[in-house]
Amino acid sequence: MSAYARVPLIGLWFAFLALPLAGWRNSLWIGLGCALVVLIVSVARASVQSGYLAWPAGRVKAGFTTAWSFIEEKSYDKRYWSLFLLLVIALPWTLDRYSTDVLVITGIYIMLALGLNVVVGFAGLLDLGYVAFYAVGAYSYALLNSWYGLSFWPALGVGVACSALFGVILGIPVLRLRGDYLAIVTLGFGEIIRLVLNNWDNVTQGPNGILGIGRPYLGDMRLYKPMHFYYLVLALCVITIFIVNRLDKSRLGRAWAAMREDETVAECVGVNIVYTKLSAFAFGAAWAGFGGVVFSAKQTFISPESFTFFESVIILCMVVLGGMASIPGVMLGAFILTVLPEALRELTLFRPMLLGGAMVLMMVLRPQGLLQAKGGRHHLERDEPQGEAGAGR
Amino acid sequence: MFAQQLVNGLVVGAVYALIALGYTLVYGILQLINFAHGEIYMIGAYVGIAVLAVLGTMGLTQTSLALSIVLVFLIPMIYCAAYGITLERVAYRPLRGAPRLSPLISAIGMSLFLQNYVQVVQGARDKAFPNLLELGSFQLFGAYVNGLQIFILVLAVGLMAALQLFIKKTKLGKAMRATAQDRTMASLVGVNVNRVIAFTFAIGSVMAAVAGVMVGMYYGIVNHHIGFVAGMKAFTAAVLGGIGNVTGALLGGFLLALLESFWAGYVSAVYKDIFAFMVLVVVLIFRPEGILGGSGGEADRT
Repeated sequence: MSAYARVPLIGLWFAFLALPLAGWRNSLWIGLGCALVVLIVSVARASVQSGYLAWPAGRVKAGFTTAWSFIEEKSYDKRYWSLFLLLVIALPWTLDRYSTDVLVITGIYIMLALGLNVVVGFAGLLDLGYVAFYAVGAYSYALLNSWYGLSFWPALGVGVACSALFGVILGIPVLRLRGDYLAIVTLGFGEIIRLVLNNWDNVTQGPNGILGIGRPYLGDMRLYKPMHFYYLVLALCVITIFIVNRLDKSRLGRAWAAMREDETVAECVGVNIVYTKLSAFAFGAAWAGFGGVVFSAKQTFISPESFTFFESVIILCMVVLGGMASIPGVMLGAFILTVLPEALRELTLFRPMLLGGAMVLMMVLRPQGLLQAKGGRHHLERDEPQGEAGAGR
Repeated sequence: MFAQQLVNGLVVGAVYALIALGYTLVYGILQLINFAHGEIYMIGAYVGIAVLAVLGTMGLTQTSLALSIVLVFLIPMIYCAAYGITLERVAYRPLRGAPRLSPLISAIGMSLFLQNYVQVVQGARDKAFPNLLELGSFQLFGAYVNGLQIFILVLAVGLMAALQLFIKKTKLGKAMRATAQDRTMASLVGVNVNRVIAFTFAIGSVMAAVAGVMVGMYYGIVNHHIGFVAGMKAFTAAVLGGIGNVTGALLGGFLLALLESFWAGYVSAVYKDIFAFMVLVVVLIFRPEGILGGSGGEADRT
């Protein structure tokens, strides 16, 4: 019974914690809610353990696991991908403008999340300032367009180049840092970029942002409808997925994986850590730049407010939720985290709170994410012929 | 000008140092950046407001000022300790032994959760912190110093001294040092490691609570964003002094605040926050072990 004796105590404890901030009425609800959750969890656990529900619970769990691994397996199968692509191409004809717009945003986030996945998932470098590169891409198009009238397509190249350059500039000083120190430095870097954009009034117009950014042209056609952007973003997404997938399987990708698993060992077997790390930062940043240019062309207005630390956290959350280093997983994460908040419009106020809670829960319950990366450690052992572990010098 | 910036820097430094203690104590034991620590500080300030509101309606602020000052610090301290312990239990303990990135991500999630929880229940607008202490000000070497600044400095330095004594002299302090040096070994010789870790979170949170109430009194205004920037700066201070090192946190706190204060006074007030982040980046890159070096425990071996 001790498991049940805890229940009211836990409820009381959380009510006590909430009391000075939420007022007594809300605290009562919070306490009751916490107690209820704990009660359900402990009843479920106890009934499974005591054998009451062991059989159905086991069946449900086994069924779920089978179904999920089926999905996981199929999500790497090329045939299903082409089917999926056809479906996605047809999709906007069945949707209204607003939903198409949401899907455009989703596409941009898929690009960003796949880019961050290169840094965090493939190379194992936790980057908390990723949104800085997104901002660099967005601002490079916005500024070049409003000052020199540069059009979208060349700006796409320039934006990507600028972001990649910034990635390398950030990468060089942090080469020696590992783990959480690296995370904090990237966070500081992200904040520095945002504060500069916010305060450098002469160039970026500070918090007012930049208005009237030009739309892209395709031949003579001006792209301005959500539908146009849908296909633009879709094309860019397909390119991104293709390249990221090839990268993962390349020599460089294996070097990243080796560095992620153990930097020292990787260096000992001949992975050039400097080159490998810098290329991870550059590739990751390049996709943020990609996304940034498209974002400013789509919005026609950008301000530093779009590039806060919270944005970095959301993108990281997509990677973590979907499954680090797993391309279908990251795409799923990006999709869930952009479409779900749209579906739950009434809960806007609670959104960041729920997101934070979800991050904690995810780390505690399923740290590998929804769709686990294929192979993981074995990937290296199986594919790698001896004596050729990673990128040469 | 110089003396004025010095005084301002010292007061802010006391606050940074108090928050930095929480980072450094936890890092010393768990090698974990407790990302949500800044939010604990912010919650301290909000609980202070709630306590003052209750005391105000009871009329205690008029009748017994001394008692209300004690309560305004004591109750947030208790609450923040409770928050700190809960935080550790919910978000960090299940992840002990997981890869290093997992607890960090969980910590960011917790920080996001707490910050927005306060926004939901308290509203997004700035909250006024009622003025409790009406102390006069005087001039010292051309700088205006008010009673509140003296009060903050004295209280902060007193607390830091008490913490140092506690860690050096008491049995629990010894257990904390042992756990920081080698967690497995400490548990083998009979230290209840889980309790020590919970206690470390509690102490760090108590210090953060005091800092929160102080900042509320000093600026008279509080919002749910203050935890992020203050947390980053306090973390910078802890790294500057040498993370895991208690004396280093104090040194780093005062040093960072003074540098920042002179930068704001002589160079550019607008880019004050950028300066703090630059200091963080530069220190981490060129001297990641900080001025005084690390704790001498496991943190140094990573």
